Amino acid sequence: MIAAVVSLTLLGIALGWMLGFAARYLRVESNPLHEEIQQMLPGVNCGQCGYPGCSGAAEALAAGKAAVTLCPPGGPALVQALAAKLGVAVDGASSGPPLLAYINEATCIGCAHCGGRCPTDAIIGAPKQIHGVIQDACIGCGLCVEVCPTECLQLRPVALTLKTWYWPKPALSFGV
Amino acid sequence: MKLFDFWGGVHPAGQKHLSAEQAIQVLPMPSRLHIPLQQHTGRPAIPMVQVGQKVRKGELLGREQSGVSASVHAPTSGVITAIGDFAAPHVSGLPLPTVTLESDGEDQWLEREPLPDPFALEPEEVAARIGEAGIVGMGGANFPAAVKLSKARQAKVHTLAVNGAECEPYMTCDDRLMRERAEHIVDGVRLMLHALQASNAVIAIEDNKPEAAACMKAACRHEQHVQVVVVPSRYPAGSAKQLIQILTGLETPAGGRGTDTGVLVHNVGTAYAVHRALRQAHPLISRIVTVTGGAVAQPQNLEAPIGTLVEDLLAFCGGVTEAPARLLMGGPMMGQPLPGTQVPIVKGTNGILALTAAEARLEATPSPCIRCGRCVEACPMGLMPLEMSKRARHDDLEGAEAFGLVDCISCGSCAFACPSRIPLVQYFEYARGALEAQQRAEQKAKETRRLLDQRQARLARAEQAKAEAAARRQAEKRQAKAKAGAAA
Repeated sequence: MIAAVVSLTLLGIALGWMLGFAARYLRVESNPLHEEIQQMLPGVNCGQCGYPGCSGAAEALAAGKAAVTLCPPGGPALVQALAAKLGVAVDGASSGPPLLAYINEATCIGCAHCGGRCPTDAIIGAPKQIHGVIQDACIGCGLCVEVCPTECLQLRPVALTLKTWYWPKPALSFGV
Repeated sequence: MKLFDFWGGVHPAGQKHLSAEQAIQVLPMPSRLHIPLQQHTGRPAIPMVQVGQKVRKGELLGREQSGVSASVHAPTSGVITAIGDFAAPHVSGLPLPTVTLESDGEDQWLEREPLPDPFALEPEEVAARIGEAGIVGMGGANFPAAVKLSKARQAKVHTLAVNGAECEPYMTCDDRLMRERAEHIVDGVRLMLHALQASNAVIAIEDNKPEAAACMKAACRHEQHVQVVVVPSRYPAGSAKQLIQILTGLETPAGGRGTDTGVLVHNVGTAYAVHRALRQAHPLISRIVTVTGGAVAQPQNLEAPIGTLVEDLLAFCGGVTEAPARLLMGGPMMGQPLPGTQVPIVKGTNGILALTAAEARLEATPSPCIRCGRCVEACPMGLMPLEMSKRARHDDLEGAEAFGLVDCISCGSCAFACPSRIPLVQYFEYARGALEAQQRAEQKAKETRRLLDQRQARLARAEQAKAEAAARRQAEKRQAKAKAGAAA
């Protein structure tokens, strides 16, 4: 009995010490860029980029395996920020128009599934009442679209208004 | 009075002879008016009427919101037939919330009681009444006049500059207004001085309008604090910052406002609207519009109700002699292209311009920049348009901003002077719009991030509360068990 206790204790101490040693001296340097990029991403883990959550996307970005336009919820602001951070060029056309959630009121049954999933609390509405999307708070991550049983939730491009319209760039074939 | 000079500027052909001798005519009331609820800078008016409701002339259609906003009133009596989206007088043709009013042909006024003596009122009260009348800057800026007056009074502005320069080619609405209603303008100027608590006013008129200057001088002959000054004709002398520079020699600081120099600029049309609002209790429901251009059969100056369709204005002027190559709202330098004739005129519309292809210089195709620097010489703000456009073209928006994009007044002098016919102003408008869109997106990202963090904190709190409750229940259970054990 004593021999077993002593041997297991010694084994535990030795292995623990070895693990501690490994953690300190054999540590794998993680890319600090990964952390920084993860901070910049929305943190919704919506998966629209095809990576397992924002952490996976940040890893791929830091490794240069993913395009800076991968994150639809981040929008053009994030594309610009990522391009500046990673020192890559981005052509304006690669990121499409921003999409926002839209609820078709005719088919909304008020199941309230969507509101619980919205990472920015952009969906309002009590159970059995028609729901609505606060456009200013919606980031178009699409998490709500997946759970809607009646497909009344869709991602739609944002309509232009007089406030958001601006003149397009003149299309000239030569340099200015 | 000693006058000063401003840098740059251009001399486009005036073309004012087309309509300058046409006395103001009152447009017969159109059968239907489309009155947008947002005709001004700031927040839209809130509709105060319902479909099917009968309104009288001068009745409130939309109430101003708090902050920067302006009310809109019914230009005639009739029935509201629709409240909803209608094409805005804007190149995009995008809709604006609009009240549609079907005239009943009676033009019956709401009961009005003009003030016995507006000068007995407190300055704030005068400004408030100007706001109630829905008056906005009539020179095209569309900024609510009451807000501008109140802010300027707080900023202790000492001089009111009344802008009768009308430097835009083709436009003659201010010219005719000064010739025909000089006394009323001067009364409006005195009322604005009272609202401002400023000591003196200067009415500036370009020297290509000698008749208007003579009429205004005659109307001011007994005024001690209102003086008429004739300024040399050079575009854009009628721009607020340049006018201040002509009159005082002071330059508005970069990124600043005209009132930083102690001078407030208001258009003569605004002064006239103020006179009508305070002396006749007449809200801003009509304005003088110059309908001109080579393609218009009979160019005219019309007093038209707000909300009249451009189509009706052109029809009254005998229609167009040829399909206009360019249909503009405003003058040829700063006017905005219209998507069609089915759009209403608004409070800030000084003219409708139908240009022929020859007038619009459409045959000139742009060619590369030769860096001649004529745009730099022409820019009245002292900017370098060639550098700014280059950066805008390559989407270096910050670079364009660093070259003074925000100080550009979009006067079009650079594009007018450019021998390569490069659409410089469009580059600047594009860059400005793109910058604003970028700022909006950044702001939104920041706000949604905050929402996200708050939600996660809330969920964590709920989780913690749940765990605590479970622990409490466990403890209670254990206690109960212990008690039961002790009792046994």
